[in-house]
Amino acid sequence: MATFTRPDTLKDQITHYCPGCGHGIAHRIVAEVIDELGIREKTIGTAPVGCAVLMYDYFNVDMIECAHGRAPAVATGIKRVQPDKIVFTYQGDGDLAAIGTAETIHAANRGENITVIFINNAIYGMTGGQMAPTTICGQPTTTTPDGRGAHGEGGPIRVCELLSNLDGTCYLERTAVSTPKDVLATRRAIKKAFENQIAGKGFSMVEVLSMCPTDWKLSTQKSLEFVNNDLKKVFPLGVYKDR
Amino acid sequence: MAEAAVRAGCTFFAGYPITPQNEVPEYLSWRLPQAGGVFVQAESEVAAINMIFGSSAAGARSMTSSSSPGVSLKQEGISYIAGAELPCVIANVQRGGPGLGNIRASQGDYFQAVKGGGHGDYKLIVLGPAYVQELYDLTMRAFDWADYYRNPVMILSDGILGQIAEPLELTPYTPIVKLPPKDYILTGCAGRTPRVVKTLFLNPADGLVHHNDHLQEKYRRIEHELSLCEEYETADADIIIAAYGMSGRIAKGAVRKARRKGLKVGLIRPITLWPFPKEPFVRAARTASKMLVVEMSCGQFIEDVKLASECAVPVEFFGKGGGWYPMDTDILEIVESMQPCRSAPCATRKD
Repeated sequence: MATFTRPDTLKDQITHYCPGCGHGIAHRIVAEVIDELGIREKTIGTAPVGCAVLMYDYFNVDMIECAHGRAPAVATGIKRVQPDKIVFTYQGDGDLAAIGTAETIHAANRGENITVIFINNAIYGMTGGQMAPTTICGQPTTTTPDGRGAHGEGGPIRVCELLSNLDGTCYLERTAVSTPKDVLATRRAIKKAFENQIAGKGFSMVEVLSMCPTDWKLSTQKSLEFVNNDLKKVFPLGVYKDR
Repeated sequence: MAEAAVRAGCTFFAGYPITPQNEVPEYLSWRLPQAGGVFVQAESEVAAINMIFGSSAAGARSMTSSSSPGVSLKQEGISYIAGAELPCVIANVQRGGPGLGNIRASQGDYFQAVKGGGHGDYKLIVLGPAYVQELYDLTMRAFDWADYYRNPVMILSDGILGQIAEPLELTPYTPIVKLPPKDYILTGCAGRTPRVVKTLFLNPADGLVHHNDHLQEKYRRIEHELSLCEEYETADADIIIAAYGMSGRIAKGAVRKARRKGLKVGLIRPITLWPFPKEPFVRAARTASKMLVVEMSCGQFIEDVKLASECAVPVEFFGKGGGWYPMDTDILEIVESMQPCRSAPCATRKD
């Protein structure tokens, strides 16, 4: 009989994530994939600044905590020195698509052989719900109380679409963790993103649409609906690059 | 400097183009791969220093170089590297500031280098070479000290030294200290518990106060162990010139000229700028009647000279910012005009 057990790659720790947050699901998927590929002892992870800053307390692998947005540069330094190791970044939307935009685009453009897990929940979670680069038009945040777009904030940045223009990218897919089917698709995508690195194929990123009930000020159920009914319209799921 | 880095075993360099230091990345772009290392032209100064953060955490002897405005951009990463106690070598080939300034030689980044620059309480080991040979030798030592103390080392050069051509003996590298094993680097956790390189300390039990105490203890040890300084004609000197790097080299010319005129003038040229070599200044304050600080900035280095000498003798100042450099004849003229005890000391020394 199959039993539901903790992946070796996750420590026996209670996380600090809020109820209904998507990080727990995403962490588990990454950990399961690392277990499945048998790469735990050769993996080096980079933690972001944001809600996942403490992920090194949860992951049972070597990790480095990076400055806000700099993980792709730090990962470049690690991977270039130890090309036989599996190096991944795990970043939120503010980290990857605002303060770290340059690091993201240029690591992708160089075709760095790393795996990027991009958690897009359309808000700054750790700092209390400010507008993110991926906040959708009309979405209220603590710094866009009238909804994004009312006062010249521009619109959401679609990172997969943006990076798909770069020759250096190998694999880009956008998934979600808001339905069981989406969770399974995310697992397949993340596994592929790691397999690409093992095969030396270059820059792979999985953008995961995720929930933030606390800062969206929605119930956990309404948060799932917000991803399924609103975010997926602005950020269509699918494969944006696969070569 | 670039060749010294390669010979000292540097295997990772990341940098961004900025004048007057482009010769370093240009040389390393072909030389480092030839020696089995990795060269990356980064998209920004910020990315370059963060690549160093990663490569150093992965165990490579790592280096970046830049010039003043670029070094300002690197300060975030430098703070993280110092906080995480990772070794690396950072070269600043200083140019005129503030802002975009100009591309002439300057010493205007002294405070930034020796007092901090980035956020938080941390220290860099800072070296101030005055000759190409010294730059070469110190670059090799910089990698040793960085590894030995697990601390970033800054080579504080300037646009003149960066562009000058002079004879150099390419000596082989031999480590000057027995280096401790790198038991903190990230290699994948095969056969051991996972390691974490971090600067965040939220837990009161292993809190940031404790981490800062640990860092300060290390800095005190470095201050105790590391001090380099050139003293030239100081034994009987009535007037001591204090200057470092290129202004120190020019001041040495002025001392030679003054001695030929029979003037009792000497030079203290700190080579480690942090730790600052205090002892020669304490001695000088007992034997000389006056000091003259010469710097290619508007009064930064002079503060450490006054602190080290405890203002026991009057300290006069000759310096300008913005890419200016002194002539030895100008320094000589000032020395000749300095009458002993013309002005009162800023404090009375209590022995």
